[in-house]
Amino acid sequence: MMRALKSALAGVAMLGFAASAQAQNEQFIPMAGYWVGPYAAGGSGIYGGFIDYLDMVNARDGGVGGVKLTYEKCETEYNNARGVECYERLKKKGPTGASVFHPLSTGITYSLIDKATADKIPIISMGYGRTDASDGRYFPYIFPLVTNYWSQNTAKIKFIGQREGGMDKLKGKKIVNIYHDSAYGKETIPVLDAQAKKYGFAVTHIAVPHPGNEQGSQWLQIRQIRPDWVILRGWGVMNPTALKAAAKVGFPRDKMIGVWWSGAEEDTIPAGDAAKGYIAAGFNVAGENYPVVQDIKKHVYAKGKGEMEDKSRIGSIYYNRGVVHGIITVEAIRKAQEKYGKKPLTPEQVRWGIENLNIDEARLKALGATGFMQALKVSCLDHEGGGAVKFQQWDGTKWKVITDWIQPDRELVRPMIEQSAAAYGKEKNIAPRDCSKES
Amino acid sequence: MAFFFEVLIGGLLSGVMYSLVALGFVLIYKASGVFNFAQGAMVFFAAMAFVVLLQDHGVNFWIAFALALGMMILLGLATEKFVLRPLVNQPQITLFMATIGLTFFIEGLAQLLGGANVRGLDIGIQDEPIAAIANATGINVSRFDLAAAGVAAVLVTSLALFFSRTRIGRALRAVADDHQAALAVGIPLHQIWGIVWAVAGFVALVAGMLWGARNGVQFALTFVALKALPVLILGGFESIPGAILGGLIIGAAEKLAEVYLGPFVGGGIEGWFPYVLALLFLLVRPEGLFGEKHIDRV
Amino acid sequence: MLYREAGQFKSSYAADQQIFPIRQDRIAVGAVLVFAFIVVPLTADQYWLSAILVPFLIFSLAAIGLNLLTGYAGQLSLGTAAFMAVGAFAAYNFLLRVPGMPVLVAFVLAGACAALVGILFGLPSLRIKGFYLAVATLAAQFFIVWALTKFGWFSNYSSSGVINAQKIEILGYRFDSPLSKYLLTLSIVAVLALAAKNMVRGTVGRSWMAVRDMDVAAEVIGFPMLRTKLSAFAVSSFYCGVAGALYAFCYLGTVEPEGFNLDLSFRILFMIILGGVGSILGSFLGAAFIVLFPIFLNSVAGPLEHAIGVKLPAGLMSNLELMIFGALIILFLIVEPHGLARLWQIGKEKLRLWPFPH
Repeated sequence: MMRALKSALAGVAMLGFAASAQAQNEQFIPMAGYWVGPYAAGGSGIYGGFIDYLDMVNARDGGVGGVKLTYEKCETEYNNARGVECYERLKKKGPTGASVFHPLSTGITYSLIDKATADKIPIISMGYGRTDASDGRYFPYIFPLVTNYWSQNTAKIKFIGQREGGMDKLKGKKIVNIYHDSAYGKETIPVLDAQAKKYGFAVTHIAVPHPGNEQGSQWLQIRQIRPDWVILRGWGVMNPTALKAAAKVGFPRDKMIGVWWSGAEEDTIPAGDAAKGYIAAGFNVAGENYPVVQDIKKHVYAKGKGEMEDKSRIGSIYYNRGVVHGIITVEAIRKAQEKYGKKPLTPEQVRWGIENLNIDEARLKALGATGFMQALKVSCLDHEGGGAVKFQQWDGTKWKVITDWIQPDRELVRPMIEQSAAAYGKEKNIAPRDCSKES
Repeated sequence: MAFFFEVLIGGLLSGVMYSLVALGFVLIYKASGVFNFAQGAMVFFAAMAFVVLLQDHGVNFWIAFALALGMMILLGLATEKFVLRPLVNQPQITLFMATIGLTFFIEGLAQLLGGANVRGLDIGIQDEPIAAIANATGINVSRFDLAAAGVAAVLVTSLALFFSRTRIGRALRAVADDHQAALAVGIPLHQIWGIVWAVAGFVALVAGMLWGARNGVQFALTFVALKALPVLILGGFESIPGAILGGLIIGAAEKLAEVYLGPFVGGGIEGWFPYVLALLFLLVRPEGLFGEKHIDRV
Repeated sequence: MLYREAGQFKSSYAADQQIFPIRQDRIAVGAVLVFAFIVVPLTADQYWLSAILVPFLIFSLAAIGLNLLTGYAGQLSLGTAAFMAVGAFAAYNFLLRVPGMPVLVAFVLAGACAALVGILFGLPSLRIKGFYLAVATLAAQFFIVWALTKFGWFSNYSSSGVINAQKIEILGYRFDSPLSKYLLTLSIVAVLALAAKNMVRGTVGRSWMAVRDMDVAAEVIGFPMLRTKLSAFAVSSFYCGVAGALYAFCYLGTVEPEGFNLDLSFRILFMIILGGVGSILGSFLGAAFIVLFPIFLNSVAGPLEHAIGVKLPAGLMSNLELMIFGALIILFLIVEPHGLARLWQIGKEKLRLWPFPH
């Protein structure tokens, strides 16, 4: 049976191959995402924006440097084992192999670190994944680009400080961190503890068991603690439930601050009125009045194509985050083409492009993404690149940006990252790269 | 002390919601001896069907309710005909596994129908504290939870009346008692089973709407239904009052445990606490609070 | 004609009681082993080795574990994944905390840890059975995953609760290529599968089956209930624990407790229902089906879109997958309660008569 299936699979693969075999001047980008399951809202939105952006670049510019961008979807269901299977299936596709993986799951990212490093394929985990991978000396192939969890967490405390009227006012304040009880949720506990010590506020961590659709007792505890601020570190169904539970115990929503995985339309709309006033951090903003989104509408949707079945989601937080994924992937390929020539590139060459990525404000303007995302400069030492977030508030119908880019507390985060990365290097026997020798 | 009562009342009221799900299990178990694992998936499916009709097709609330009920009845009848009837007289464990298969089928169907996003459902009752009670005693009691408890009470009373006063109800109890004897005195077995599945579908719809309004309609609803299992173990599989009482105990116990025990072990214990509680209870009294004692004969 | 035991005479009890009493079976098993150990490594590419064959073997092992408990001893368990988690985390901790611990010994100890936990959660089986017991094993499922998440010691205080499996090194040889990991997994699975086959034909297995078929009667004729039921839980959990350790070390490399969720337990249950309850061969067949089928559906989706030129709704295939699994479970329970293994047996019967059926 296995052999029969194998030949069937091979036949199917041939079919897919035949369709793409006509032109070899192609750069293949794997799309290992998820369109079903408890977190499908995030997966379908982000991969929608991502794919639409690639289609737009193909339609408008004829690809990158004349090389057409191709892709293939693979459903991971946010499940580690399925994610690994997708990785193995897609890594050799296309004329030069998979350019770069975006696993879109902290768990899958963890599972792929060793494999991708061995295969020399870069992984971009934008706004999730292993925070200490920001230290590129130990993680040459892993890029937690734009901003990582620890950075955003310090930016959040800065924002709270602003609201309170100065960082010194944080002393004696009470903050509750309500988190999804998983690898993702627990990631910020150490940095919050460090900050609590630094600024003298009290922090209580409250776990919500997976999937988080029952939070009555957690919010009763919060009611008893009477915190000044609540940091929401939720994912999927946990977010609207938290907002509703907050309404139920009468906790003011404008004192609740979510991470970017808790701050999309899909999180607030189901909560109805309970979401009004809620604030979330984001490394991209919502809205479709940016030239880059308009270009997608013009070159993709106007021709009757496009990934989104529900057109109203174009310009939503997740969709725009997908566009950011697209911009960064394309810019990395463009950068690598400057060095290696305008031809299909190997993953190793794309990795160089990512590591030397430098998207400044001028480039953002040319891309039509001024204010849409932050400027980004990646280096061998710093695989994060940006680190800043904007805060947005839900006004009942849409997200409104209420701050400019707020920078993280790098003096606090960087040493923690280096320490953690060094510990990882020691555990795994990895010698750090010498960044002065990288070009 | 006020806080203790608030936790207790909150727990009891959310326990009522568990009871509502558990009720569907009990109905089917009583009539056909099937432990219907798919009841949770049915709750999810019912809520999803209702929301899709209401929001995507703009159907009027009550028409949507009627249509969703119709779908649930059809689903129930189809289950009875295509799943359970061919498996009649199989060991209970086989039937149980069949309903696990049914669970996956219904979950896939529901998501095919309505997608995977969380959908909000507004049935017109705000999930907010009642000001009068909060001012008088300092205890927050949610209007929504109170309404849900009311619905559950009405549902249980009418079901109890239905089973004790009507002809169908009596026939159903006869079937539950002894299939073969019931068949011998001329009770149409399949018809009765069909009715039970339809009623279970109705209960699932009501539970789904209430849970959906409370937490949003999404795949995770099926997890809530799992919590009905310890409720059943506490209450006994055959007892409607047992389901209610079991729900109250589980609801109150898990909230109290989370608030008062949770901080000592790191929190998040309500995911497993009901199961362990039920497990310990099983060791003492395997037939549940109101269950019937079975004696095995060889 | 081809498959006939006529003429195979047994002249000793040993010959009569061996694991595979029929010569053709022995040849078949030998051929499969030769194929798996020699032909596959020569022909399979990296994708097949690391993304399909290794998980297939690991899930087969877990399915054997569950099958020993559910199929042979009649105790339904919904906590298989949790026992795998115990194995994975135990192996990690043994290697981490005991200097110079050989990997294989760590695997065995990991299985032993899982067996201990299994006995603990199997204790209620002495009082309850059927789906009451199923709910009790649900308690194990939720409690174990919670405990592994909650107590930092298990994951060596990693901030996210994720563990990185250590490198596998046996007698100085490092198992880090997909092929070497495949061969290691295959060897362990082959040994344990033969051991299971041996066990179920002996005293232990027969006592399990007696309990399964009628526990009161079994007790009356002198099978000690305590030892029989708990030994089933222990052996089953041992297999699951070793499978969990392999899952972490040979397959994923990094695991988090949440990965061993109820869904995985259900998948393994499906493997034995589809493959065949009470059959070692069935465990392999079921695992192959459950591993391959979603991949197959998933990889036809793209080319299918190309071929028909219509964009399929997102998630169609995955939802269909759930529905097909569900429908197949029901179908198998109704039509062929003994699963794919039974189909194989029917095939054997046919072969026995071929080419002259009556």
